[in-house]
Amino acid sequence: MAQPAGAPTGQQPYSNGPVQNQLMHSPDGQGYSPAVPGSYSHQMPAKVPPHQSSGQYSYSGSQNVSQLNNYQGPGQTLNRPPVAAFSGSPVQQPGPVPQGLLPVLQNSAAVSSAGSFPPGASPPVLSNWQYSQPPVSQPLGAQTSPLAGVPGTGSAQPPSSLPGSTNPAGSYQYAASPGAPLLQNSYMKPGSAPPPVTQPLTPLHPPRPPLGPPPVGGSPRPSTAVAGPPSAQFLQKSAANQEGDAMPAASDGSVVQNSYDAIEGGGLMAAPHYSPAAPNLKMNRSVGYSYPALPPGYQHTSPPGAPGMNASALQYPDGSKHFHQPAMGTNHLTASMGGLSLQQEGLRPVNLLQERNILPTTLLKAPVPNLHEDIQKLNCNPELFRCTLTNIPQTQALLNKAKLPLGLLLHPFKDLSQLPVVTSSIIVRCRSCRTYINPFVSFLDQRRWKCNLCYRVNDVPEEFLYNPVTRVYGEPHKRPEVQNATIEFMAPSEYMLRPPQPPVYLFVFDVSHNAIETGYLDTVCQTLLDNLDSLPGNTRTKIGFITFDSTIHFYGLQEGLSQPQMLIVSDIEDVFIPMPENLLVNLNENKELIQDLLKTLPQMFTKSLETQSALGPALQAAFKLMSPTGGRITVFQTQLPSVGMGALKSREEPNQRATAKDIHLTPSTDFYKKLALDCSGQQVAVDLFLLSGQYSDLASLGCISRYSAGSVYYYQSYHRKHNPVQVEKLQKELKRYLTRKIGFEAVMRIRCTKGLSIHTFHGNFFVRSTDLLSLPNVNPDAGYAVQMSVEESLTDMQVVSFQSALLYTSSKGERRIRVHTMCLPVVTTLSDVYLGADVQAITGLLANMAVDRSVSATLSDARDALVNAVIDSLAAYRSSVLSIQQPGLTAPYSLRLFPLYILALLKQKAFQTGTNTRLDERIFTMCQVKNQPLVYLMLMTHPSLYKVDNLTDEVMFLWIGKNCGQGFITQVLGVPNYGSIPQNMTHLPELETAESIRTRAFISWLREQRPFFPILYIIKDESPLKSSFLQNMIEDRTESALSYYEFLLHIQQQVNK
Amino acid sequence: MAFTFAAFCYMLSLVLCAALIFFAIWHIIAFDELRTDFKSPIDQCNPAHARERLRNIERICFLLRKLVLPEYSIHSLFCIMFLCAQEWLTLGLNVPLLFYHLWRYFRCPADSSELAYDPPAVMNADTLSYCQKEAWCKLAFYLLSFFYYLYCMIYTLVSS
Repeated sequence: MAQPAGAPTGQQPYSNGPVQNQLMHSPDGQGYSPAVPGSYSHQMPAKVPPHQSSGQYSYSGSQNVSQLNNYQGPGQTLNRPPVAAFSGSPVQQPGPVPQGLLPVLQNSAAVSSAGSFPPGASPPVLSNWQYSQPPVSQPLGAQTSPLAGVPGTGSAQPPSSLPGSTNPAGSYQYAASPGAPLLQNSYMKPGSAPPPVTQPLTPLHPPRPPLGPPPVGGSPRPSTAVAGPPSAQFLQKSAANQEGDAMPAASDGSVVQNSYDAIEGGGLMAAPHYSPAAPNLKMNRSVGYSYPALPPGYQHTSPPGAPGMNASALQYPDGSKHFHQPAMGTNHLTASMGGLSLQQEGLRPVNLLQERNILPTTLLKAPVPNLHEDIQKLNCNPELFRCTLTNIPQTQALLNKAKLPLGLLLHPFKDLSQLPVVTSSIIVRCRSCRTYINPFVSFLDQRRWKCNLCYRVNDVPEEFLYNPVTRVYGEPHKRPEVQNATIEFMAPSEYMLRPPQPPVYLFVFDVSHNAIETGYLDTVCQTLLDNLDSLPGNTRTKIGFITFDSTIHFYGLQEGLSQPQMLIVSDIEDVFIPMPENLLVNLNENKELIQDLLKTLPQMFTKSLETQSALGPALQAAFKLMSPTGGRITVFQTQLPSVGMGALKSREEPNQRATAKDIHLTPSTDFYKKLALDCSGQQVAVDLFLLSGQYSDLASLGCISRYSAGSVYYYQSYHRKHNPVQVEKLQKELKRYLTRKIGFEAVMRIRCTKGLSIHTFHGNFFVRSTDLLSLPNVNPDAGYAVQMSVEESLTDMQVVSFQSALLYTSSKGERRIRVHTMCLPVVTTLSDVYLGADVQAITGLLANMAVDRSVSATLSDARDALVNAVIDSLAAYRSSVLSIQQPGLTAPYSLRLFPLYILALLKQKAFQTGTNTRLDERIFTMCQVKNQPLVYLMLMTHPSLYKVDNLTDEVMFLWIGKNCGQGFITQVLGVPNYGSIPQNMTHLPELETAESIRTRAFISWLREQRPFFPILYIIKDESPLKSSFLQNMIEDRTESALSYYEFLLHIQQQVNK
Repeated sequence: MAFTFAAFCYMLSLVLCAALIFFAIWHIIAFDELRTDFKSPIDQCNPAHARERLRNIERICFLLRKLVLPEYSIHSLFCIMFLCAQEWLTLGLNVPLLFYHLWRYFRCPADSSELAYDPPAVMNADTLSYCQKEAWCKLAFYLLSFFYYLYCMIYTLVSS
């Protein structure tokens, strides 16, 4: 059995890099019980007739598979534990053979998988084996011809014919039954503790026994919920290992810690809390998805009593899956169980006015492209690379007709679980378009491959014929490059024309009177001190500090000094750097001096009365200091810069906030933009932490980060004493910020198949030449979006591909290229385009476009554009797809949540109207829309509501209704009754009751899933924060915005015009 | 044969039109330069090249910005001259472009007029292709009007 990723590597021979090889294949080994492939390999020695294998790889031949074939094989993507869906909830799981649950599940799996396969569907299983266990190539070879025949046979195989097709069912079960328990154990291992512990994990977790097992009836859902998180942790771990990072913490960030406990807690909570039998909490109806305020129609939809339960019970697993890689397990389960109905349902129009319960019961997943399952299983993970239309329209005319935006959403530098890394002397790329070789190219024969982006036929280099994984010569299509849609190359020397830069971090602190007053310096210095060792880097890491008020202070940290030497430059008009060689110093060699400085820094300025802030000159100085090397500048600013270059004037007029017309979303000076471009040219990124009580003109300041590929953090009214929750938030986010992975001097290029063209990019970067994004720094929390158009019609193409390649220098000083490739089918009819619409991606892209629009035109323009996007697409659907004109508002099934999401966007801080949004806050939200990956954006837009009565957003709210159960109040909140809950409670007391432990575990689990740290607010009915909570109740009516129902009526009116 | 004010206008505009044609050609070349990075992809990823490329982009954008006002003012000078010379047909032909220029000039975001042709905005493929199309259209317009002015000049000189 393959060891978990953390185990020592190197046993497997891989000429180019044993570590990568091991890692690349270990998950599969885990996923598939060793017994099975093992026995096969005995029976069938490896010999593959070349013609068969080549046939297998000409994908174009098997494109037109019926929809039935979108079954996703368990091993579909490398980085997800394949059979997780079968895992029981933790309570049931531990036994070696979970009697009660597993057979049922297996059955359903077998049934459904067989159902979604034509008879003779053993290929998926076998091909998975082949995929995971390269030596076993014979069975695959034997099966290739049936595979090729799939399109023919698989036309329509109703699920009822299952009993007939014993072969697939049997073979599948064979794979599944040994696979499930084994896999479960093996993949829990890395998460929990030392490998030998295959035993139930129960003892590890104290709170479990008192709680008792959850009802079996609810098992599938809790089980999926629980199965996910460990995988997330597993992912993180192996990512760290695989990156070869000496310090796992450095690349993992804080997210990993403890997550196992939390998950367990969360999972356990789920069962008792959500089981209808024993609701610990009295469900307050006003918190569920049915609100008393809603028009009667809302409550009709589901039987009384049920709706609240329903919504939240289902919501829970929902949330739990938010963050780990779209839990392959669940994905698989639903895909196999609902694969059939899903596709048909996709065509079903939904009357939005009548069907109100449209929120999915599980997490909304990206639609699965309708591709041959062989290709689909190689396709890129939708969390990394996602397209708004998973069925690409053939012509621009068709796209225009659909009235939906076409674009991609990327999260290229996401922390990955399983990232195959290839160290090879050659990187095979297309000679004309420079595309990296990927799983979707076709091999014409052994020596030639055809690029899937420009269709040029290229030669396969001699070295590429040898497959280091199987150690077989003449199998170029089995190389890892051709087996993984996400892969990382170690760049050979020709990719670096200068030596890779060392990691350089410069911290710039505002130490004016105002800044000292907030007391942020203590927190920051302490956090920095704690994490100094986990800064990603190597022996070359350099660090430096600058502080500024109306003058600029540098700190000499060279060796030989007994204490840091402070140098003050008061000439801010023409900044110069005193002794530049001593200001940025090696972190390891001068650690004591640096620690000294960080300890004394907070006290140094306590008596300062200087109120001016010379941010502009300080940034110029920082830029000058950094430009020889490049690196990262972290700026802490607490007020409007007032002297020197880049001084700003307050532009916010509180009474004008209401009018959406004259708000200042554009920068007032281009000083920061210019400086950012200079930084970009020198490979310097600037991250801005704005901790400000008053208006600080983030619109202007934000430019410094936006064009230098940095990120912006905003802490409104930060104060050490008055606002302690912000302190905690800063601490946690800063920790994540300091320890997360980082890539330097990066460039990203996105290529797509000839005929499509990319025309607009969204995110933080500078576009250097139409398709090349310059990213001085890249971090795992940054997302990007691009808009595309169909330039030439895509006739005679069945699929199109997209490839993003990110070239960066890792903190270890290696030049690496991370390549993601995605493949999507092309369709010719409008109904197919609607069928493949990915409503989350569309919302994400529209939000990005709306930010641009509100900057270039006005906010109300942007709002109108958002509403029009819904109206136009639904009107187009109504007029051109629906044959029968029904009354009401009909939407395609795939877009049923579209109006809801758009309404949520309109109610979001970035786009809402009304007086309660401060300008900086609004701009910060816009920055986030631009810079966040889709998952977090959707979470921000449409937060999940959990039954514990809390709502997650960037902040979390714990809503305590008036008629909340007495038990909850005493046992979780630790106060005697409702009246004595304090007004501004932000922490749950640590009580020794089971409820309290569970609630806290659940909340910490929720927190661990995000890169930002949400503050928990406990809100009562009469609390002043009530409005911020209610603002997230998207379906409700607020003073300035429509309720969901009213919004639907408005749209209906427009559509039917 | 009479040297009228109209004839003078046409002569002057002929000369200035030649200048505008050069402007338009320069624009086309500049946008082309912005669009394509003539380095090999590997070179493009080189940080040293990045600096050079960025400086290039900034320089081009700076020049583009410098040229906006001269071009627009030359063209409005035409319109004023033809208005004074009471050449209504010629004026009518030029008025649409005049309005377009006014719209372009004042549509820039209110807070700073510097934002026309600023590097991050121009480098957007969408904007870039729009600008390039605009430059080609202007070139065609100026070329046609050059010959039209030439004809008109001779006509006014000969006719009266």
